[in-house]
Amino acid sequence: METYSLLRHFADSWMLLTLFVFFGGVVIWVFRPGASKSYEDPSGIPFRNEDKPAAMRRDAGSKEA
Amino acid sequence: MTNYIKLTVLGVITLLALIAANYARDLAYLVNALTVAIAAGGLFLWVLRHTDEPAVKGDLSGQYMDGVVRAGVIATSLWGVVGFLAGTFIAFQLAFPQLNFEWAQGYANFGRLRPLHTSAVIFAFGGNALIATSFYVVQRTSAARLWGGNLAWFVFWGYQLVIVLAATGYLLGATQSKEYAEPEWYVDWWLTVVWLAYLAVFLGTIVKRREPHIYVANWFYLAFIITVAMLHVVNNLSIPVSVFGSKSVQVFSGVQDAMVQWWYGHNAVGFFLTAGFLGMMYYFVPKQAERPIYSYKLSIIHFWALIFIYIWAGPHHLHYTALPDWATTLGMVFSIILWMPSWGGMINGLMTLSGAWDKLRTDPIIRMMVISIGFYGMSTFEGPMMSIRAVNSLSHYTDWTIGHVHSGALGWNGMITFGALYFLVPRLWNRERIYSLSMVSWHFWLATIGIILYASAMWVTGIMEGLMWREVDANGFLVNSFADTVAAKFPMYVVRGLGGGLYLSGALIMVYNLFMTVKRSPAVEATNSVVPAE
Repeated sequence: METYSLLRHFADSWMLLTLFVFFGGVVIWVFRPGASKSYEDPSGIPFRNEDKPAAMRRDAGSKEA
Repeated sequence: MTNYIKLTVLGVITLLALIAANYARDLAYLVNALTVAIAAGGLFLWVLRHTDEPAVKGDLSGQYMDGVVRAGVIATSLWGVVGFLAGTFIAFQLAFPQLNFEWAQGYANFGRLRPLHTSAVIFAFGGNALIATSFYVVQRTSAARLWGGNLAWFVFWGYQLVIVLAATGYLLGATQSKEYAEPEWYVDWWLTVVWLAYLAVFLGTIVKRREPHIYVANWFYLAFIITVAMLHVVNNLSIPVSVFGSKSVQVFSGVQDAMVQWWYGHNAVGFFLTAGFLGMMYYFVPKQAERPIYSYKLSIIHFWALIFIYIWAGPHHLHYTALPDWATTLGMVFSIILWMPSWGGMINGLMTLSGAWDKLRTDPIIRMMVISIGFYGMSTFEGPMMSIRAVNSLSHYTDWTIGHVHSGALGWNGMITFGALYFLVPRLWNRERIYSLSMVSWHFWLATIGIILYASAMWVTGIMEGLMWREVDANGFLVNSFADTVAAKFPMYVVRGLGGGLYLSGALIMVYNLFMTVKRSPAVEATNSVVPAE
């Protein structure tokens, strides 16, 4: 099979499916149970460490830096 | 030791550039080679004078690297004025062809100045704004100093060199005739080097972050950097005719070349002017509104939907061409689907103000950001509509397209950048506040009225010329000659030029205001301290 047809078939079958499944997975992942609570922490990132870098790495879920 | 390596490299570059200048086959190449020689030679002297100075480094990891952001803010403001000035001038050149002066023929006529304008506003103004804000945002949201030390300075100065080489090249006739990708092969190669360094600095900072989560703004910035690298390399695959000349030949030809060009061109809009600036929105709007983004979930879906869909939209630039129908239909369908993530992002940005709408009355900076999001919503509504084949048959090749681009560029990109600059300058120079809020208001209204004049003039003239081109009489003959449409557009061209003038004067007020903020506004006590020795 010539390269064009091969790539074309791959693109509109397996690759298309992969991309759709990945995207669907992202949407489902975002709405997983407990997601809202877990996103409270990252949405506050702009309001921390305005003036200087943090001294040490924060752990996920810890309340205040 | 590193200084000796630097001196060797710079010396070799200077020598090679001078050799290149000696053998140059065309004027643009000669001037660019001399520019490189002067830049490398000057840098050589600068390094030489500082060689063997005792290094006073200390531990800088307790400070953010803001020097390069300050330089970026200055460059953004100045290139912005240059780009707007060029745009206003060429707008009047279209209205009054006498402005294509006889003595400057071949250098400063519309054809030479138009790419200078587009590159100056997109890559010099927009690009510097993106580099500066991304360096600021990635540090704050990663709680870490920029990775790579002076590599960030290399990115900044390297990028300015790209701009200068490209701009002088355009005026002297070096262009590969690809829209938004006009620079010739050696400038493309240099930009690739600079861009990879940019990626390294940005990614390095994210890797050493002290926040467990990568904030959404950084996702957008990263998508912008990676995608632009990919687009830039593929669209600029060309073979130089001579190493001593600026001319190169594209690897792709015919419809493949057209498709690659618009895959690049539309994603320059999608990833440079949208994803990158959305990174700005996701940081500066919450900061200025003093409340977190409306929905973090929506921002994640916004991100993945936007980058999955935008990349397919390019073929809508090639309706009714040699490109197969299935490809243009694909591009059109994806453009229409783009409505959803675009408006999701717009809603997310606007609703961040819910509960703080009163700030619109008191804070002209947030007003600027909100109107930019408004223009984002407007132009991402208009764009998909224009990508529909039937609408495109009316709008394509007319001024409607130019109006659409400018409501996005002046409204969305310009206004969000101005908002970010007003946010950044007091913080970067440790000032209490911006020098004059009423000047910000003046800027806001001048820019807004300017955009409205611009966009409405282009809608009228675009739809008018589209209708005039397709008008046929009872016998099926075309009614209007091309010159008829040009004559009919004159009043709208004058209005467009005036709109540009208003926008430019707003930007000049901003530059003055920012300058006075640094000069006159009272300082706050510095909090950016070094790590104490323990």
